[in-house]
Amino acid sequence: MSHVHPDTRIKTILVPGSGAIVIGQAAEFDYSGTQAVKALRKAGYRIVLVNSNPATIMTDPEIADATYIEPLTPEALEAIIAQEKPDALLPTVGGQTALNLALALSENGVLEKYGVQLIGANLAAIRAAEDRLLFRETMKKAGIPVPRGGAAHNLAEAEKIIAETGYPALVRASFAMGGSGASWVYEPAQLPEAVRQAIAESPIRQAWLEESVLGWKEYELEVMRDRADNFVVICSIENLDAMGVHTGDSLTVAPAQTLTDREYQVLRDLAKRVLTAVGVETGGSNVQFGVNPKTGRVVVIEMNPRVSRSSALASKATGFPIAKIAALLAVGHTLDEIANDITGQTQAAFEPSLDYVVVKIPRWAFEKFPGVDATLGPQMKSVGEVMALGRTFPEALNKAIQSLEIGVDALDGSGPSLQPLSAPETLAALKVPTADRLFRIYRAVRQGLPLEEISAACGYDLWFLAQMKEMQNVERRMQNVTNDEGGMQNREFKNLLRVAKQMGFADSQIARLLNSSFHIHHSALEVRALRRSLGILPTFQRVDTCAAEFEAQTPYLYSAYEQADEARPTDRQKILILGGGPNRIGQGIEFDYCCCQAAFALSKMGYETIMYNCNPETVSTDYDTADRLYFEPLTLEHVLNVIETEKPIGVIVQFGGQTPLNLAEKLQAAGVPILGTSPSAIALAEDREQFSALLSQLEIPQPENGIARSLEEARAAAVRIGYPVLIRPSFVLGGRAMALVQSESQLAGFIQQAMEAAPGQPILIDRFMEDAFEIDVDALCDSQRVVIGAIMQHIEEAGVHSGDAACVLPPYKVSAYHQMIVREYTERLGLALGVRGLMNVQFALQGEAVVVLEVNPRASRTVPFASKATGLNLAYLAAQIMAGKTLAELGVTEEPRVDGFFVKEAVLPFKKLAGSSTVLGPEMRSTGEVMGHASNFGHAFAKSQIAAGWGLPESGAALISVNDYDKSGGLRFARELQRMGFKLFATRGTTEFLSKVGIPAEAVNKFVEGSPHTVDLIRNGTVQLVLNTPFGPNAQADGAEIRAAAIAMDIPLLTTLSAAEAAIAAIRALRQKELKYRSLQSLFRNAE
Amino acid sequence: MTFATLALADGTVLTGQAFGAETDSVFELVFNTSMTGYQEIITDPSYRGQGVLFTASHIGNVGINLEDDESAAPQVSAVVMRALSPVVSNWRASASLTDWLGQRGIPGISGVDTRFLTHKLRDGGTQKAALSTCGTPPEKLLQLVRDWPGLDGRDMVKEVTCAEPYRWNGDEGNRWVENVKRLPGSSVDQFKPDNRKTGKLLNVIAYDFGIKENILRHLASYGADVTVVPADTSAAEALALHPDGVFLSNGPGDPAGLPYAVAAVRELIASGVPLFGICLGHQLIGRALGAATYRLKFGHHGGNHPVQHLPSGNVLITAQNHNYCVSPADLNPDEVEITYKSLNDDSLEGLRLKNKPVFSVQFHPEAAPGPHDAQRLFGEFFQMMKANPA
Repeated sequence: MSHVHPDTRIKTILVPGSGAIVIGQAAEFDYSGTQAVKALRKAGYRIVLVNSNPATIMTDPEIADATYIEPLTPEALEAIIAQEKPDALLPTVGGQTALNLALALSENGVLEKYGVQLIGANLAAIRAAEDRLLFRETMKKAGIPVPRGGAAHNLAEAEKIIAETGYPALVRASFAMGGSGASWVYEPAQLPEAVRQAIAESPIRQAWLEESVLGWKEYELEVMRDRADNFVVICSIENLDAMGVHTGDSLTVAPAQTLTDREYQVLRDLAKRVLTAVGVETGGSNVQFGVNPKTGRVVVIEMNPRVSRSSALASKATGFPIAKIAALLAVGHTLDEIANDITGQTQAAFEPSLDYVVVKIPRWAFEKFPGVDATLGPQMKSVGEVMALGRTFPEALNKAIQSLEIGVDALDGSGPSLQPLSAPETLAALKVPTADRLFRIYRAVRQGLPLEEISAACGYDLWFLAQMKEMQNVERRMQNVTNDEGGMQNREFKNLLRVAKQMGFADSQIARLLNSSFHIHHSALEVRALRRSLGILPTFQRVDTCAAEFEAQTPYLYSAYEQADEARPTDRQKILILGGGPNRIGQGIEFDYCCCQAAFALSKMGYETIMYNCNPETVSTDYDTADRLYFEPLTLEHVLNVIETEKPIGVIVQFGGQTPLNLAEKLQAAGVPILGTSPSAIALAEDREQFSALLSQLEIPQPENGIARSLEEARAAAVRIGYPVLIRPSFVLGGRAMALVQSESQLAGFIQQAMEAAPGQPILIDRFMEDAFEIDVDALCDSQRVVIGAIMQHIEEAGVHSGDAACVLPPYKVSAYHQMIVREYTERLGLALGVRGLMNVQFALQGEAVVVLEVNPRASRTVPFASKATGLNLAYLAAQIMAGKTLAELGVTEEPRVDGFFVKEAVLPFKKLAGSSTVLGPEMRSTGEVMGHASNFGHAFAKSQIAAGWGLPESGAALISVNDYDKSGGLRFARELQRMGFKLFATRGTTEFLSKVGIPAEAVNKFVEGSPHTVDLIRNGTVQLVLNTPFGPNAQADGAEIRAAAIAMDIPLLTTLSAAEAAIAAIRALRQKELKYRSLQSLFRNAE
Repeated sequence: MTFATLALADGTVLTGQAFGAETDSVFELVFNTSMTGYQEIITDPSYRGQGVLFTASHIGNVGINLEDDESAAPQVSAVVMRALSPVVSNWRASASLTDWLGQRGIPGISGVDTRFLTHKLRDGGTQKAALSTCGTPPEKLLQLVRDWPGLDGRDMVKEVTCAEPYRWNGDEGNRWVENVKRLPGSSVDQFKPDNRKTGKLLNVIAYDFGIKENILRHLASYGADVTVVPADTSAAEALALHPDGVFLSNGPGDPAGLPYAVAAVRELIASGVPLFGICLGHQLIGRALGAATYRLKFGHHGGNHPVQHLPSGNVLITAQNHNYCVSPADLNPDEVEITYKSLNDDSLEGLRLKNKPVFSVQFHPEAAPGPHDAQRLFGEFFQMMKANPA
């Protein structure tokens, strides 16, 4: 036997994570990284983990040996390497961020200097995969087909190339930034101009011509390779959306459905050759293919030599833990040495076989970004995704739609309170990929348009459309059920109902379909009862990697309507944890973190834990996070099914964000025991009238407020309260449709939006507290005692959504007296509401007044941040309280002491969603967060900015453009910068103001005044820091361009005076002393 | 849509939708876990006497095409699946699965819980079963099952072997083999181009126990002039054709039912002619070497079977389709080297003789359907023939 044995010289491994959640790089890397770290630690390695994102499970101090929540920059990594002396760096489980870091650290010599070996991917492979041209060359050299194309320096050369590529062709300017000079050429007449333009835009005077693969079928293979050249395909994924839509924005299905074996094996062979050509020696990779549906011609589009979003999906889809295996391969194991956990009797050296179908649907958030082009294309725009499993494609598709949580339960886009559009679909409209195209395609099928023509228009393979047609047949039959011959009790109806359930139709949709035939109202629960009386009950099947060839040891389950049930529930005491569903803005990884903590805590207490979620990107849906895993839509129907099978002693709904909370009262009504704080207490806190009454009764001040159910009521309330007012709908998440209204003229529009965001719910109107600071408190309560977990102060003024505001722990501008008041109010509220578990209270501090803005008796977005900062694992403790422990029993009776300062900064998606307004407001729009910590506030803030990607300059030039309202604050900022030697640029008005007090600044045109103007200064790199305050009554027209330019150029942009003040503290700190990096473990050791 | 009834020997009766031909059929029910390649599986003569249950959810999606047949007609007795595709979607398709099966007399059942059936076969072993798509009542089907003798000890080969020797000159599907063979790293590039150009093809006699076309495509494309001979061809008859090498094919049923073939293989081994066996051919070599063959509980049928090449430790993902297996205990270690084992159940997957140009594998290097990892074995056969000229 000539096995290559694990490298015994490696003892300590450095693992970088992927940083803040951003579009295209999300929670899947917490899943992958956590899994990899757990596997390596179990294998005896010491792990040093670096990730700036405190909301991750991987940054829990228990996961790694040394955990650095520090910026993912070469500088920070070098310092950490010098401190921790790792033997190896594993760059393949932290997304693009980790790969880029590895490249940088190797190019600047740090890895060599400290003798750190790169494992899991070598430099040449990373380069060959990342550099588009080099990748193409590498493929061509290896004889691997890529889209036809070539470089041209003149029209004659271009014509020669186009003879090969055919029309349409893409003409691009070589080496030009951001796609400038690119165009589509559909006919010969267009070629000369396109080539001329591309050559003109290209810094090397070269046009790049490439054949169009738009409309080709798109496939991905998730593959693994080990050091002995063993190669396996874990999963094939077929995109329903054809080439042209980013795979992250595509509906996808696994396994591939429309390939013959001959064709599939071509992809498999090519994938293996791509790995060899690129030089991937070990680990997981993803290879993307385009396939011409008319000729079968295959081209390789790209590959990722690392775990990816697709590999996370493939892991969940198959049960094969790619990241874990990749980590073990990186340290020298081979596939045949690693056991398949799911079967327990086979090895990782095999290819999973699926006897079910997996559908992934992305989740978008365009409603939060008015102005952004909602057409889908090569730039990924979705913020999350759902996955569903079914025995057939229709079942998986319907379940995936129900998982999305967009109010839709059916393929036509309708839902319990949503009517489908009635306008006829046209083929032309189906050509445009949008978030709702799936529904439009189905409606076109229903309308009777020929499937071939729909397929030609939208690029969906005929097969998928034929499946939809089958679903439509069932829908039609269900609508036409008549009540004669025993009606709903007859055999034919029973069969139809069973078929509908096997196709994944929701009870709620069936109720609507029956209503249209019987003209009497059926509710979803009545359909459920009917179904049960007819013996049509769900079964649960196991994800076993092997199509039932071997016994599955791991209870990873999905529902279907089959003959045999495989749930085999145990008779242990069990607790069901409902997860958060798809990631979206306002509900992200923080809640998944809390659900995982609950599973860890309750397992430790001896309960059997059951995780329930439908989000493939998460740690919660890793098959070994809880004892059992149900991968199911978070709807009442599906949750009740699991509860009926498992009969848990309690259900936790308070950790997964709004999604499970929305189910709480219905579950309770169905007799399900809800653990922890009662749903009625949670609802009370949401109900503004009741909550106001409670605050008055507790003698806790609140901002003046009112409730409106119509524009008239809103007007009256606003006048009574006085402008500016904050308006928001109730029962929404992340400040959806929340707005700051300055005057009555703006009110109508915002009220309209709020009513649309939460139909039928009252709108809350609060007095806006100008110049106030917000304070967030996370606390534990066992209904007898309240223990404060953390008091966090927002850095931005009130008016910025708490999820988008930077915040600092401990508060640096709140007096001990005010903190005492905050503690006291929190305690009063916790006891009054009978909280058992977590609670979050938001306060505003205006002058001397402390008022309560809202209370959420559940896990909040700040729980992971607060836990990392204090070392007190709030969610873990709260889960134990919910299971009956008291704080005293847990030994938690005092608020934790905080060592140093911890700053949380939000990360916003403006760069990915061009056209979006960049001004922060009451509606949350950040996708992720980072944390910076240090012994002083300045350094902590500086780190948070570096981690967020906008490192503050220590010297250079700054552009100041503030509105009149903020001039005096701007003055302080300018003076501080000038003292530190910064050169200042300012708009004319600001310059004059500064010169009056003797601060020299160079005047620069506003954007509208023409070049050279403010935007030029930013674009050409003259300034390294921008202060632009758009807030307040006199927002500037100039601001949008300035902010857009700063974001495009990654120049730190300050939009509030308080952020400016924090930035000054940070710059001063940076100039005085170098940043230090500390692991959480050493921090907490010190604190003890 | 008419209904179909599937009855298993243990009394299980399932109803689903009928497709294909309207008829009754009795068979041994096996499950196959391949997610692609139903056309190749259905036309594989090794499935003679068996009904195939596909564990993959959707079957029929890509229809039937002219290139992917493994023999001239469907060989299975019945097809069992969860969901039959309502449509054909593939650029090469020329017929739908249901029409094609219907014209060729093969019944099918769709809409049954295949996972439930797979569990049954996995836990209780392969079962006899009967399918009716023409309304035969369950009791009668069960009677059919009880009366059916099954496959053990039977010669199924005589139903699928050719009647007369013939030279193979087929071409359908060959381009796919060519594509694979041209891959860099394929160890056998050197054979074919020269041989084809110079006309110096190696003379390979292929015993047809139910040979898959893709084996013939491979042999030809690597540079052989292939003569296919009936299963009962004696060693003397075969050797009289002056072969550079003899190939022993896959085939259906129990190797114990083929004493005449075992006798021929014994003589062929003794003759010193280069010999390569696949699947049943491998089992016959095993028996000729004195080993017993035994029935696996539910067989290996799929495209994801890992085998380890014991000399190198390398793992190949292979296509497999067998219910019987060579028992290694009876093999003389001085004479026989075990070259491959299954990573799933450690069963014997390949052997070679130490002093004779003979080797064989239980899995299918010709794939069709399945991964191409083991394709280099054809190259090894050609190297062996070159090294041991007739």
